[in-house]
Amino acid sequence: MKRREISLTVNGIVYTGDAEPRLLLADFIRQECGLTGTHLGCEHGVCGACTILVGGEPVRSCLMFAVQADGAEITTVEGLADPDGELHPLQESFREHHGLQCGFCTPGMLLTAVALLRDHPRPSEREIREGIAGSLCRCTGYESIVRAIAAAAERLAG
Amino acid sequence: MKPAAFEYVRPRSLDEALAVLAERGDTAKVLAGGQSLVPLMNLRLSRPGVIVDLNPLTDLAYIRAEDGGLAIGALTRQRAIEKSALVRDRAPLLAEATPLIGHMPIRSRGTIGGSLAHADPAAEYPAVAVALDATFTIARAGGERKVAAGDFFRMYLTTDLAGNEILTRIDLPALPPRSGVAFLELTRRHGDFAIAGAAVVVTLDAAGAISGARIAMCGVGPTPIRARRAEGVLAGHRPARSVLVVADGAAATESDPPDDLHGSAEYRREMSGVFTRRALVCALETLGVKV
Repeated sequence: MKRREISLTVNGIVYTGDAEPRLLLADFIRQECGLTGTHLGCEHGVCGACTILVGGEPVRSCLMFAVQADGAEITTVEGLADPDGELHPLQESFREHHGLQCGFCTPGMLLTAVALLRDHPRPSEREIREGIAGSLCRCTGYESIVRAIAAAAERLAG
Repeated sequence: MKPAAFEYVRPRSLDEALAVLAERGDTAKVLAGGQSLVPLMNLRLSRPGVIVDLNPLTDLAYIRAEDGGLAIGALTRQRAIEKSALVRDRAPLLAEATPLIGHMPIRSRGTIGGSLAHADPAAEYPAVAVALDATFTIARAGGERKVAAGDFFRMYLTTDLAGNEILTRIDLPALPPRSGVAFLELTRRHGDFAIAGAAVVVTLDAAGAISGARIAMCGVGPTPIRARRAEGVLAGHRPARSVLVVADGAAATESDPPDDLHGSAEYRREMSGVFTRRALVCALETLGVKV
C-alpha cells in the first residue's frame, strides 16, 4: 500500500519519515525514531507497556497507526529526564521506592503517572490504583509502584 | 506490523468521508478512537481494505446543552465526557458509566460514537444510550436520518448502520423531574467488560410512587436488553423491597446470556436481576428514598 510521508515531534525533536498505513505508531517510534524505551507487550491494547503521551494525553501507541500521528506532539519515556541527565521526579521516586524491577512495564507506568499527577496533583491511593489499572506489571509488584507514585506526588505538589 | 495491509484515507470533511464510503463502503471501515477496531486488526480478526480515519473531523467532537438534554458529537472522547461538568449535570448516568470503560489511556482515545457503533453488548455506552432513550443521527452521502437507540442495536457487534453511513451525533433527552439514575456492573477486574450490568432510570410522581422506570441490561444478551417486564412491575408502585425483588426476578427472565469463560448462563441471568435490583436501589437513594 502507498506509503505516506509523516512528520511528528517526539520529545521536542521533529522526525520525518514515511510509513505504510498499517505501521503502528509504537513501531515507528522504535524503528524509525530509534527510541526503544517505548516497549511493546501485547500489541492489542491490554498491557499498557507502550503507553505514551500524544498531545499530552496518555494513549496506547500500539492502537494508533503512525500515519495518524502526522503533526502530533509526542512524549516518550526518553523525554522525561532533563537533557542534563537529571531524572524526572517520578523516575527518581520509582528508583527510590523500588518501583521497577525488570523495567518492562516502567515506561508505560511512568507516562500514565505523568498524566495522572497532572489531572490529580494530590491523588488518593485509590486514584493512583485506578490510574495505573491499565498497566500490567508482572514482576515488581504494584505496592511499590503505588508508593513511588504517591511519593512523587508529594514531591511535585511541594 | 501486525495488521493486514490497507489503504488509508484521511478525509478533510464529513462529506469527503461519506463520499469515500458511498464508493467503497463494502470494504471500508470507519476508524474513530481505534480502541476496539485496532486490536481486532492487530489480531487480524478484521482486515478492512480501506480505513477512513474520522479523527481529523474535530467538529464531530462536542458536548452541548440542548433542549434540557445533551447533544454529543460522535467523535467526543470518553475522557472528555468523564471530565465534563455538563455531562455530570445533564446526563449523570453517562457520567457514572464512563469511568468503568477500559482504563484512562483507553478513554483518552476511545469515543462515544465508536463504542456505540462497535456495539459490544457487554459495553457500557450501548446500555446507557438505550436506558436514556437516546436518538442517534446517522449521515450518508446526501442526507441523514435519525434512529432511536432501542432500534439501533441488532445483534452482537451488529447495528442498523449501513456500510455507507457514519454515526455523527447522539442526543440524550432531559430526564423527567424526580428521576434517579444508576449504572452498576459485575466484572472480575475494573475495566473489564460486564459479566452482567444494568443502567437504570427511575422516576417518581409527586406522591412518591414510581411513575416509570427504564432499565437496560448489558453483557447478558446479543444486544443491550431493555427489561420491559421489570419496568412494568415497578410502574405505579411505591418503592419497596418487595417490589424490587419481583422486578429482579422479571429482569432475570428477560436476559439471554450465553455460557462463557466468565460464568454460566444461569449465573449471569441471576446476576442480571441482582444488578438491576441493586441499581434501582442506588437510583432511588439519589432521590432520597431508602429501600
